[in-house]
Amino acid sequence: MKYIDEYRDAGLAQSIAQAIRARVTRPWVLMEICGGQTHAIMRYGLDELLPPEIELVHGPGCPVCVAPLEIIDKALSIAARPEVIFVSYGDMLRVPGSQTDLFRVKAAGGDVRIAYSPMDAVKLARENPSRQVVFFGIGFETTAPANAMAVWQAKQEGLRNFSMLAAHVLVPPAMRAILGSPACRVQGLIAPGHVCAVMGWREYQDLAHEFRLPVVIGGFEPVDLLEAIRLLVAQLEEGRAEVENQYVRSVTREGNQAAQRIMAKVFEVCDQKWRGIGAIPASGYRIRREFADYDAERIFGTDQITAEEPKECISALVLQGLKKPADCAAFGARCTPESPLGAPMVSSEGVCAAHYAYRRRAPRIEEGCRP
Amino acid sequence: MCLAVPGKVLESTDVGLNRIAKVQFGGVTRNVYLDLLPEAGVGDYVLVHVGFAISKIDEAEAHRTYALLEELGANLDNEEDAADAARPPEGGA
Repeated sequence: MKYIDEYRDAGLAQSIAQAIRARVTRPWVLMEICGGQTHAIMRYGLDELLPPEIELVHGPGCPVCVAPLEIIDKALSIAARPEVIFVSYGDMLRVPGSQTDLFRVKAAGGDVRIAYSPMDAVKLARENPSRQVVFFGIGFETTAPANAMAVWQAKQEGLRNFSMLAAHVLVPPAMRAILGSPACRVQGLIAPGHVCAVMGWREYQDLAHEFRLPVVIGGFEPVDLLEAIRLLVAQLEEGRAEVENQYVRSVTREGNQAAQRIMAKVFEVCDQKWRGIGAIPASGYRIRREFADYDAERIFGTDQITAEEPKECISALVLQGLKKPADCAAFGARCTPESPLGAPMVSSEGVCAAHYAYRRRAPRIEEGCRP
Repeated sequence: MCLAVPGKVLESTDVGLNRIAKVQFGGVTRNVYLDLLPEAGVGDYVLVHVGFAISKIDEAEAHRTYALLEELGANLDNEEDAADAARPPEGGA
């Protein structure tokens, strides 16, 4: 496929890795923020192409993973109600709540459905006027505009049986919390290309300036990621701390204005709780009061539900780049994709899932970078 | 969940409140909402995420940056060839 195949070219990837080896003179710790980037790195063994001086640590960019336990419990409480059709992205179904998960709720008779798009849930609401259709609106800035559009569309159509359980999270405030921690070792950031396709990259200029570290907006294919690392290494070796855009074919400085407008219409910035990290100021979106009739928390009164994170799961440290999955005593033993302790082991973007799936036998770049 | 896939817009139509396109991904064609990317037109490549086009792929920028990467690869090959040529033959003094 155009814009995919050429960015999986093994020869080109090897050339970039060689350029990185030629440029690096000392150790550097880099973080890829997005879970999709983490999976590409693991899947293609990109970290193993790098010289030993370069250490990659994984960031918090998996919305399923950072969703706090209590939002899962709220979803489970709503999904079990007989009048509800609960609609979710597939990633969420096996994420454990305090007692159960959405798959088990479905097995017990709950009407839980998987959707590809939030507009599928709006369609379900149209087709099932006697049922309450609740969409689990989770995601970073990449997904929030589509979720906002579903709420906006439901209101325009006057649908009275559609609502959203919203758990949107924002990258820059979380990165500020991580980079501000005294334990943080990160010296350069690969910023999430698809978040930036929506939001642009101005916010990352502030981060680069504030923490005096280089930031490169990176894509998701092997060539993209290696080139982002090459640009970061060049900045670090030269003592620069700027924002560069490797993913220039899809990201502009201003981002997608129409997407930003619909988010601003439907959502407002709020403090948000992150799994294991706690509340981060101004790090999420909630549904605006004007759209309160479409806010599932208000309709179903779930705002009093709270939950304690399981103590054995160290995902909070993993998601901040402070630990790696293999540092966890439960990894691959008491925590597997079949029986997870935490969301990073089940999400398609989860860092523990990536290590579990690919670290034992990755299709190496020499094998042609094919899926 | 931030996965987004590039595809080519084949046609677009207004359906109720929405603008919906047929977008080709390799051998598969799917309906995609263009409401977040009203400037997308037939023939454009767009990045699609959860059923919505979120960004238009800039073909000129893609071509320019890819050519630079290929140039980087070619320069490294030339440097290696030059290093090989400068190396004394095996067994020689």
